[in-house]
Amino acid sequence: MSVAKPLPHDAAKLHVTGMARYTDDVPTPKGTLHLAFGLSSIAKGRITSLDLTDVRAAEGVVRVFTAEALPAANDVSPSIHDEPLLSDGAIHYVGQPIFCVIATSHLAARKAARLAKVEYEQDTPILTVDDALAANSRFEDGPRVYAKGDIETALEIAPHRLQGTLELGGQEHFYLEGQAALALPQDNGDMVVHASTQHPTEIQHKVAEGLGVPFHAVRVEVRRMGGGFGGKESQGNALAGACAIAAQMTGKPCKMRYDRDDDMVITGKRHDFRISYDVGFDDNGRLTGVDFTHLVRCGWAQDLSLPVADRAMLHADNAYDLPAARITSHRLKTNTQSATAFRGFGGPQGLVGIERVMDHIAHHLALDPLEVRRRNFYPSGGSISGKMKVGVTPYGMEVTDSVIAELVDQLVEQSDYAARRASVAEWNASNPILKKGIALTPVKFGISFTLTHLNQAGALVHVYSDGSIHMNHGGTEMGQGLFQKVAQVAADRFGIDVGAVKITATDTGKVPNTSATAASSGSDLNGMAVKVACDTIRDRMAEHLAELYQTTPQKIVFADGQVQVGAESIPFGHAAQLCYEGRVSLSSTGFYKTPEVAWDRIKGQGRPFYYFAYGAAVSEVVVDTLSGENRILRTDILHDAGSSLNPALDIGQIEGGFVQGAGWLTMEELVWDDAGRLRTHAPSTYKIPAVADRPEVFNVHLFDNVNASETIYRSKAVGEPPFMHGTSVFLALSHALSDCGAEYPALDAPATPERLMMTADRLAQ
Amino acid sequence: MQVSTRVYAASAPLPCHMVSRLIEHMDITFRLNGEDVTLHDPHPTTTLLDWLREERGLTGTKEGCNEGDCGACTVMVTDDGGAKSLNACILFLPQLQGKAVRTVEGIAAPDGTLHPVQQTMIDLHGSQCGFCTPGFIVSMATDHLNGSSDHDTTLAGNLCRCTGYAPIIRAAKAAESAPVPDHMRDTPPSSFPKNSGGEEAAPPAGAKPPFAAPKTSDALAEWCEAHPDGTLIAGATDVGLWVTKHFTDLGPVAFLNQCADLQQVTETESEITLGAGVSITRASDALSPHFAALKPLFDRYGSTQVRNAATIGGNIANGSPIGDSPPPLIALGATLHLRKGNARRILPLEEFFIDYGKQDRAPGEFVEAVTIPKQPDTLHVFKLSKRVDQDISAVCGAFNLVIENGLVASARIAFGGMAGTPKRAAAVEAALTGQLWSEATIKAAIPAFAEDFTPLSDMRASAEYRLKAAQNMLWRAFHEGLVDVLEVRA
Repeated sequence: MSVAKPLPHDAAKLHVTGMARYTDDVPTPKGTLHLAFGLSSIAKGRITSLDLTDVRAAEGVVRVFTAEALPAANDVSPSIHDEPLLSDGAIHYVGQPIFCVIATSHLAARKAARLAKVEYEQDTPILTVDDALAANSRFEDGPRVYAKGDIETALEIAPHRLQGTLELGGQEHFYLEGQAALALPQDNGDMVVHASTQHPTEIQHKVAEGLGVPFHAVRVEVRRMGGGFGGKESQGNALAGACAIAAQMTGKPCKMRYDRDDDMVITGKRHDFRISYDVGFDDNGRLTGVDFTHLVRCGWAQDLSLPVADRAMLHADNAYDLPAARITSHRLKTNTQSATAFRGFGGPQGLVGIERVMDHIAHHLALDPLEVRRRNFYPSGGSISGKMKVGVTPYGMEVTDSVIAELVDQLVEQSDYAARRASVAEWNASNPILKKGIALTPVKFGISFTLTHLNQAGALVHVYSDGSIHMNHGGTEMGQGLFQKVAQVAADRFGIDVGAVKITATDTGKVPNTSATAASSGSDLNGMAVKVACDTIRDRMAEHLAELYQTTPQKIVFADGQVQVGAESIPFGHAAQLCYEGRVSLSSTGFYKTPEVAWDRIKGQGRPFYYFAYGAAVSEVVVDTLSGENRILRTDILHDAGSSLNPALDIGQIEGGFVQGAGWLTMEELVWDDAGRLRTHAPSTYKIPAVADRPEVFNVHLFDNVNASETIYRSKAVGEPPFMHGTSVFLALSHALSDCGAEYPALDAPATPERLMMTADRLAQ
Repeated sequence: MQVSTRVYAASAPLPCHMVSRLIEHMDITFRLNGEDVTLHDPHPTTTLLDWLREERGLTGTKEGCNEGDCGACTVMVTDDGGAKSLNACILFLPQLQGKAVRTVEGIAAPDGTLHPVQQTMIDLHGSQCGFCTPGFIVSMATDHLNGSSDHDTTLAGNLCRCTGYAPIIRAAKAAESAPVPDHMRDTPPSSFPKNSGGEEAAPPAGAKPPFAAPKTSDALAEWCEAHPDGTLIAGATDVGLWVTKHFTDLGPVAFLNQCADLQQVTETESEITLGAGVSITRASDALSPHFAALKPLFDRYGSTQVRNAATIGGNIANGSPIGDSPPPLIALGATLHLRKGNARRILPLEEFFIDYGKQDRAPGEFVEAVTIPKQPDTLHVFKLSKRVDQDISAVCGAFNLVIENGLVASARIAFGGMAGTPKRAAAVEAALTGQLWSEATIKAAIPAFAEDFTPLSDMRASAEYRLKAAQNMLWRAFHEGLVDVLEVRA
């Protein structure tokens, strides 16, 4: 069995030797040209005059083009055609591409792009959610509302009631490899595009529309990305589109990569949210109902904001069985970068909302927040008799696979939570300045694209006559180890060593009509599609070999690099040769679609998810109340990856996701000024966690579980869910501050040192 | 980012014969992954990163930020001072003269055998997307060569967005005891011209801007007078960004890396003098034994790569209000040595900083050295930033408080991030001096901060937080024995 083995990432050796090729590393033909965008310097208005004389005259510039010169569609939107590649005259945010420079070098293009003389007629920009609400500037005609039960009555009858508001900042992806694309013009007007993208099919579509050619004229290839995290789901469309158009204009290969500052100024980030709540509960902290309002700052274009905001609503319950709930979501349109997909896709924001509520209730009742949480968990699934109570989400989906209660019990034990909470209290009693805090937070995350038709995948597998295998599928590799996991599936199906499986670049010419590698779906969907393709070939081989050796296909076993045919054992390669000679097709596609999902996003009812992934984390922190400086002292995570396809890679996702999630809620702060300019547009000012920001003690374990749903080898998706374990750090910081005064800290995120110190000061007064 | 020296303003040129003698033309010779390379008249501000990737086709070294903050472009550079990691994205080719460079492509042995850190990174799953990995590998291999095991400090300049760092640290630890592969012990061959020549050669025919690399302070003094509009490049951790981000026209440039007397650290019984070209790494080594608070401060100054490049002179001369060395140096009573031609003058460091963007330096004048008087160690330094490591200070406060018989005998207090310049807290000092070192005195001194400072709000911190945090630093100095959050354990 090659599945379940903790094998290294398939490209690990290439990574460590510098031989792994990313888009900007692809050797380019002589004469390749380089692109850069000229960007708007205002947030809202119209261009009244655009003088590109100096740009055109700059050293190395070959050509400069604006929207008027585009051959076909001026659109790079992944959703509703509201995102022009180059400004049509209207300006929607600071950093919007206005024109494109084609030059002989990256540096020459960047330099020239700064030389335009642009005059604007400025409008007052809508920058904040308050601005947007006041102006009724929004996507969709009004808020979406999902509800369960009678929330008004639930709140009225509650013995206790609390209200509060939580600000949750956005987050820059900070993929280490910036956005990049390379377009290679072919004969007959065709185009080959290399792009750093999670969504090659969408790049294919946007490029084809931009060139005015059928989809078949464009082939997109992606070997790997240097990180994606959702930031390369739609944000690469502009670069690929510009490169293809420039390549068509000049007949030369054209390449574009954003300098880091440009990348951060141009591209979308995680949606920031303001979440307000009104919650009713009894003396034990059991909720009667909760009413949430999400104010979602979507930026200037729709992009993926609707499904992001939907998913936030779908995670407003997290792991809790809410008797009554209402979630009202306003998708607000502002003159800022168009917020986009980011690991968790709105889920984290919804989840932090309810975790804040649990924490607030516990503070109010002077209970351990863990107890309040436990009293509200969804009941455990797996009851055969059906007698067990089944929880129902606010969107009407039964939660039948919950393991959260058992998982949390185990984590409480493993992390020594109770004793450590006591020692935190002891520490705080004798330390007036340095305060410790500890928090345990659970995660329940829904797996499937909420846009149901995206839950499909294709694969293409060839067995060559020497037994070596060429494997291809629609998923993309961004570091998560998808290719390795799927290769392990393929190797297992043929009973061969994983080294015999060649992992190949994602290619729209091999597998068409793919979905983005997103929603944590990569292994679930593509693993299944590859399995189907492999099994098809294996069955054909078995049938032929059975005929050849006078036995039945059922008796043929593929294992250990051999094919057992009755008493005989032949090497897999020899078996492949025999099948080839027997004129057996050794190539197959595979296709998979997730069963059982059905969802009405307007009504907010149905089964958007095939299953849920679970996990929990305990973090302990220390805060210096004189400065707000803080450290994560210890984190313990127990996470449900089902029956893991590769435990080492899954643990990697959990460790990395946690640190990224903790970064979002602590040090990663996006700051815009009053003119709508992003002031934190480089790593000098935007701080992602560095090495010493990981927990001093960091224990990560997989929960022993098998997916109740029939996924690939009963594994569970693991890309996004661990991100939300960072919530434990946020609430541990809140716990630490709660020792500074009687009031609830009501901490906002990101909990920067400044915010922590100011909150401590407020509480102490 | 901090650092590097720029000479501002224009004034009368030197006589022609001097100028012609100084016309610059240069070959740059260095060793790259074991192979000698000579570049004829390279463009002086072509970065090593661009040259590696675009000219040399060595694409293993990655561009992550193009400003020295992410470490994806880390290379190992060896000279007489040993091997150190540097960011190739803000390292100009002339800075490599006479040195040996090893990129990620040169970390495995020539026969392909993986370096121990490469093997442990594979075995312990230290890479995910792999884009930061080459930079990590080079930093780790450099640490491995130097026997460094303080990975949290030395790797703080390498950002990873995928792994959460835990497996990388496991890999670094696992490789510690493995022997250093022979090929890693690069030394530039002694035949290398450390001081490349050509000062008197004819100007090149090409249109490349001229540049110089003076070997002595005397030569530098001449050059500065001849090029009052020129730019001095020491570590390039600041000037590098003028080039890569702002496309600034630097005018004539002089590289200081070959100016031997600027690299000197001189210690007498009463003082320590650091040449302007002394790196922050070396400055920390020289000063920390005398002033314990400087070690943790300098460990948070930029990153290993930045500290290896940035110079003490640059950090002072660029006049930044948020450089981390001026506050403690002012608190220690440091003096600055300035030179113009053959005229030298010395002034208290705080007097050098006149206003935001304005220093007490004449055209053609440059910072030659800084002297720190030896004294009993009564220095406290506190640095506040959003991230502990490799972040620019929101506030950096230095308190040199001498307490005798329960009284504040003397107080020298200086802050960065609180004004347009690094600045002394004169009113706070006055409120403390001669008073009982007591809670009541501190309370009485707190309002004086607002007399000394009217800080700004920016993306790093609000004015309110800056002022309050600065005040709290005095409390922290008062609370003897109060540990730092970094020292607390679960």
